[in-house]
Amino acid sequence: MTLASSPDLSKESEPLQPKGWLRYFSFSVDHKVIGLQYLICGFIFYLIGGALASAIRIELTSPISDFMPRDVYNQVLTLHGTIMIFLWIVPVVNGAFGNYLIPFYVGARDMAFPRLNAVAFWLIPPAGLMLISSYFITGAAESGWTAYPPLSINTPAAGQIIWILSVLLLGGSSIFGGINFIATILKLRRPGLGLMQLPMYCWAMLGTSILVVLSTPVLAGTLILLSFDIVAHTGFFNPVMGGNVIVYQHLFWFYSHPAVYIMVLPAFGLVSEILPVHCRKPLFGYTTMVYSIMAIVVLGLVVWAHHMFTSGTPPWMRLFFTIATSFIAVPTGIKFFNWVATLWGGRISLNSAILFSCGFIINFVLGGITGVALAQVPFDIHVHDTYFVVAHFHYIVYGGSVFVIFSSIYHWYPKFTGRMLNENLGRLHFLLTFVGFNLCFAPQHWLGLNGMPRRVAEYDPQFTFVNQLSSAGALLMAISTLPFLWNVFQSAFNGPIAGDNPWKALTPEWLTSSPPPVENWEGPAPLVKEPYGYGETPETLEVALDKDLELGGDEK
Amino acid sequence: MTTVAPVEEASKENISQEEVHHDHRLFGLAAFLVADGMTFAGFFAAYLTFRAVNPLLPGAIYELELPLPTLNTVLLLISSATFHRAGQALKRNETDLCRRWLLITATLGSAFLASQMVEYFTLPFGLTDNVYASTFYALTGFHGLHVTLGTLMILIVWWQTRKPNGRISSENVFPLEATELYWHFVDGIWVILFIILYLL
Ligand code: HEM
Ligand SMILES: [Cu+2]
Repeated sequence: MTLASSPDLSKESEPLQPKGWLRYFSFSVDHKVIGLQYLICGFIFYLIGGALASAIRIELTSPISDFMPRDVYNQVLTLHGTIMIFLWIVPVVNGAFGNYLIPFYVGARDMAFPRLNAVAFWLIPPAGLMLISSYFITGAAESGWTAYPPLSINTPAAGQIIWILSVLLLGGSSIFGGINFIATILKLRRPGLGLMQLPMYCWAMLGTSILVVLSTPVLAGTLILLSFDIVAHTGFFNPVMGGNVIVYQHLFWFYSHPAVYIMVLPAFGLVSEILPVHCRKPLFGYTTMVYSIMAIVVLGLVVWAHHMFTSGTPPWMRLFFTIATSFIAVPTGIKFFNWVATLWGGRISLNSAILFSCGFIINFVLGGITGVALAQVPFDIHVHDTYFVVAHFHYIVYGGSVFVIFSSIYHWYPKFTGRMLNENLGRLHFLLTFVGFNLCFAPQHWLGLNGMPRRVAEYDPQFTFVNQLSSAGALLMAISTLPFLWNVFQSAFNGPIAGDNPWKALTPEWLTSSPPPVENWEGPAPLVKEPYGYGETPETLEVALDKDLELGGDEK
Repeated sequence: MTTVAPVEEASKENISQEEVHHDHRLFGLAAFLVADGMTFAGFFAAYLTFRAVNPLLPGAIYELELPLPTLNTVLLLISSATFHRAGQALKRNETDLCRRWLLITATLGSAFLASQMVEYFTLPFGLTDNVYASTFYALTGFHGLHVTLGTLMILIVWWQTRKPNGRISSENVFPLEATELYWHFVDGIWVILFIILYLL
């Protein structure tokens, strides 16, 4: 009666898939293997990007350029940004958790296109290696993650071209992933499971994937034009030949503002999964959450020029983009209040997962506030291209997305491995990260307001002390990785056995063994119509489980 | 704590109903074509912006000739129709007819490419002359790449409909349908491109 062993049901599974840890190095088509491949691969790149960040902060402990030559500083800065965005956050919040969780959530045994899925993952390691090795072979790109011309045309060409090639590969990977998520969520739902019964992460991934499919190709086209300018000496972005650098900025930000939502919307979804489980309450305002996500998707496509207020944008454009950007704060605020309301009055167990999620809420609201401030033209003109912007987006991408990634690892590690993580080490990790992060980035608001430009290795000596504070925070953040790594490695072998459902959660990935079998469930996929149907207290949970789960139920 | 107790109660029909696998490949291809279309949209937007804000000196402007690109438009539109015929023929299991229409479509595609080449060689400007020249070649070149790929795909489909060993037949029409969808998309893009580049 076990479905996993009946041959006519095992779709697309290659007969020669290696078993054990070796499968993580294979062209596996199992969505769970691919998810973990994304996660581990992304984490390795995170460590590399983190080492680069440490190098930047070491350089900035003194106002003169002494730790590394200036061109090396530019390369390190460019690699840091590119790695963290394209090789760590985007692949992990989308690829890793998306691949692992979405098939469970829609009640499927795999993604819609398993082989395309494997291709999408295997584009990433070569692209990353190419990017990093360019530093040793030709010198890496020097023009920052934004690669604005004319800077990107006038810096050494070899590194820039390799940068473009690897970003194109990563963009391709992201598009393939996005197509797969859209098809899986819309087409592979188990019979009887309605769209409004899906866990929130599905909605977040649907919205994100729409953004990926609509905006990433524009970046690809733009970078192709840029590479023509570099290699063939065309003049798309060269005013002497009738070209226009501002067109590059428009096209670039048409992708890269949605890209910030590609990094943060899935994190919204993950938090919405984690909070209800650990405070034993239903997710507050499911429907408003769904509409907020879709509103963010639509608005996110029409706010890009808020990155260009100082690029000579005409007044009507400034007005439009200020208003549109400020509007995004509304759906974002709705989500924020929904999370707070979910926590409100809940039976919160202060474990590592929820600590990181609460850390996310706090950091994200701070980053959101500085974001709305930056959307106001008069203020932005003052702080554009200063450390204030650096502080703003690190509050969102690190304080937001990276905190959620850690929270998710604490939450799903028992499912991934079948073993529990050590909670005390986890809390220590949270404390170090939270303090280190705020110490590192809060002072940068002050630096920016007082006029310290970003992306420059030298600065006015009056900023020395505050920069050293920031570097001390960076040191704490680097140290905070150690208890985490130790925890993850030793718990994989020695952690207490987790059992199927250590958190007593209701979403379908918990209604199977840990780690799950190849076909996800030994029997038919459970039909979970109320993924957040928690009772108000743990005592009523057992009732909730009986009442709200129709396992294998049949809807006609 | 285990929760999966009711599994045993699931009935056989229930399971088989759940495990039916529909074919979502055309849906996936359509999503990909949306993405591909956005690449073109980016190029079009760039071109239109250049035109709007970066006027060239009067002497540097060149009026494109219309006859050849109009012929090209006609060739592609006809090829869409012939491809449609091929698809219908395959579904009616008339493989020979289908193969004939496929060959005609591939010929029309090649004719388009040839005439595009003729145009390239007769144009008085080169890739790097000015930003319009560059955008012209980038747009038509990127589209031509799509046509080349499409023509090759048509030839592969043609080869795979051969009897008795071909893998495409009225039982397995997906490869033909996919190629057809892609081909219609490439034609549609050409029409937009023709309007924006030659007529505006
Ligand atoms: C409440 C919503 C938000 C608003 C109103 C907002 C507004 C802004 C504005 C106006 C800028 C341009 C500042 C300048 O360069 O002068 C900016 C920069 C930035 N924002 Fe946000 N933002 C918001 C949310 C986010 C989110 C969710 C993310 C990422 C997940 C993000 C990531 C970034 C990044 C990476 C930059 C800097 C890009 C660069 O120049 O390198 N922001 N934001
Ligand atoms: Cu933005």
